[in-house]
Amino acid sequence: MNDTEKIVPELTKRKRRGPFMEVLYRLAKSPLAMFGLAIIALLVFCAIFAEVIAPYSPIKQDLMHMFETPSAEHWLGTDEFGRDILSRLIYGARVSLQVGFIAVGIALVTGGMLGAVSGYYSGWLDNSIMRVMDVLLSIPQTLLAIAIVAALGPSLMNLMIAVGISAVPTYARIVRGSVLSIRSMEFIEAARAVGSSDLRIILKHILPNSMAPIIVQSTLGVASAILNAAGLSFIGLGIQPPNPEWGAMLSGGRQYIRDYPHMTLYPGLAIMLTILALNFLGDGLRDALDPKLKR
Amino acid sequence: MDNNKPYIKVENLKKYFSTKRGLLHAVDDVSFEIKRGETLGLVGESGCGKSTLGRCLIRLLDSTSGKVLLQNPEGEGYTDVTKVSAREMKELRKRVQIVFQDPYSCLNPRLSVWELIAEPLIVNSIYDDKAAMRKRIRELMDTVGLAERLENSYPHELDGGRRQRIGIARSLALNPEFIVLDEPVSALDVCIQAQVLNLLNSLQKEFNYTYVFISHNLSVVRHVSDRIAVMYLGQIVELSEYKELFANPLHPYTQALLSAIPVAKLDVQRERIILEGDVPSPIEPPDACRFAGRCRYAQEVCHHGTPPLTEFAPGHFVACHFAGKLD
Repeated sequence: MNDTEKIVPELTKRKRRGPFMEVLYRLAKSPLAMFGLAIIALLVFCAIFAEVIAPYSPIKQDLMHMFETPSAEHWLGTDEFGRDILSRLIYGARVSLQVGFIAVGIALVTGGMLGAVSGYYSGWLDNSIMRVMDVLLSIPQTLLAIAIVAALGPSLMNLMIAVGISAVPTYARIVRGSVLSIRSMEFIEAARAVGSSDLRIILKHILPNSMAPIIVQSTLGVASAILNAAGLSFIGLGIQPPNPEWGAMLSGGRQYIRDYPHMTLYPGLAIMLTILALNFLGDGLRDALDPKLKR
Repeated sequence: MDNNKPYIKVENLKKYFSTKRGLLHAVDDVSFEIKRGETLGLVGESGCGKSTLGRCLIRLLDSTSGKVLLQNPEGEGYTDVTKVSAREMKELRKRVQIVFQDPYSCLNPRLSVWELIAEPLIVNSIYDDKAAMRKRIRELMDTVGLAERLENSYPHELDGGRRQRIGIARSLALNPEFIVLDEPVSALDVCIQAQVLNLLNSLQKEFNYTYVFISHNLSVVRHVSDRIAVMYLGQIVELSEYKELFANPLHPYTQALLSAIPVAKLDVQRERIILEGDVPSPIEPPDACRFAGRCRYAQEVCHHGTPPLTEFAPGHFVACHFAGKLD
């Protein structure tokens, strides 16, 4: 300790915040992340208050006003049955966000646990878990999801389970990889030396340090889950018409894309914006969670 | 407590790692004793098994065979560290601690100084009362010389010396009796080395810690140790009180090692003993003196059977057939 420290003890002391506030504080410093957060918040708001916000019913047909381009009555135009596209997008946010987040949640929790256990304990446990994951990985994701939905029957819940399970191996591999690289660090040994349990070491030391690739993969994963669900809806195994869902709207408008591009444009934009926002938020979170990067 | 009885007795400790090319004898049949409050210096070149030995002593590694007997707190009888159950080991962890070599990789980069020092206390549920824990952490930071203002800083914001102080505070948190210091200063620059060494010395005086001080730096070891054990390829080749070892090295390897210490006097010309060849592979070593291949005194007998560590003079052990007969 040198003398300056004694003379000005309070000068450079860091403020103490709770871990949650600390992350939020750092997140707030990134404009892109805040932009992402705002978009996600808006979408969640739309999804929750769809009944109040949407100007029309999402399923009511109006055959007098088919294929209308955007106008004062229908801000984003109408589709082949005269349904208001804006209303369908707003209601569709419910399904798409649910599918995106819950499917990734399922994949992340299951895959993450398997990967963490596999990476931490290694040996035969690691081998058997990862070989099962390899088998799952060898089946194309969409095909696997189709098989699962076909077996369980089409419904929103089964759709999420199917999309989630088909993404499990990806997460298991990523988590295992980062756990392996962190596990051999000396601070893990140091934690063991003071008597930390395996569970504490995994949760407190290994996982927080292997966060970065997991967060990036999850934000991308939400996007691919929405698209995957859209694909399943397209072949009739997901959301059943006439219920609105972004992917289904996208594929529904496909055959009219030459004459009425607005039918595919807006659902496409909605998906793109969601994914973009999630990516910004994900990048911001990754940096905010790493004390090395920012003050 | 009875001071005549050794505090730690290591008996025929072995640690083998299985590799693709055979068994690697990292620690091969090592026995020694340490008294309470004593510092045993453990020197040897890189890869001679000194860190592995240190980790086996506090069971961060499970040893292959042999015993590490730790005196019970009442001073009656011994507990074999290598045999205790996981639950007993958790209790034992409070008594045996380690300070790591690299202060840059032994601290979790996502925890603040406060959280790092609190970890041993939380894990072992030492305090129910937050205020008491706070007081203890402040006290620890004060003991190792960390300013209070640093408590919310992260390790990457601090220099090597301060980080090493965090590592030391962590190992002191549980009031241990025995601390393995695994090259605690080799990653630090020289003036900080001195600070940390003085800190360790004064802590030992204050709390009567027993140290095993692992290092490849002879001048550092000489500065802190009561006795010194010289390791070569997984075995202790010489063990003696430090003055005796420096004045009268008996093993040819120790002699070569000591001759490599630079002397800061113009008129002193010391004969350097240059060793030929490399350290042989520790994988499946032959049953012979490990040093025979590089020893300038090696005779036929050195290539048959490992010379045992025998007491040549009182308190001076050496593993060489020709100890005392060399010029």
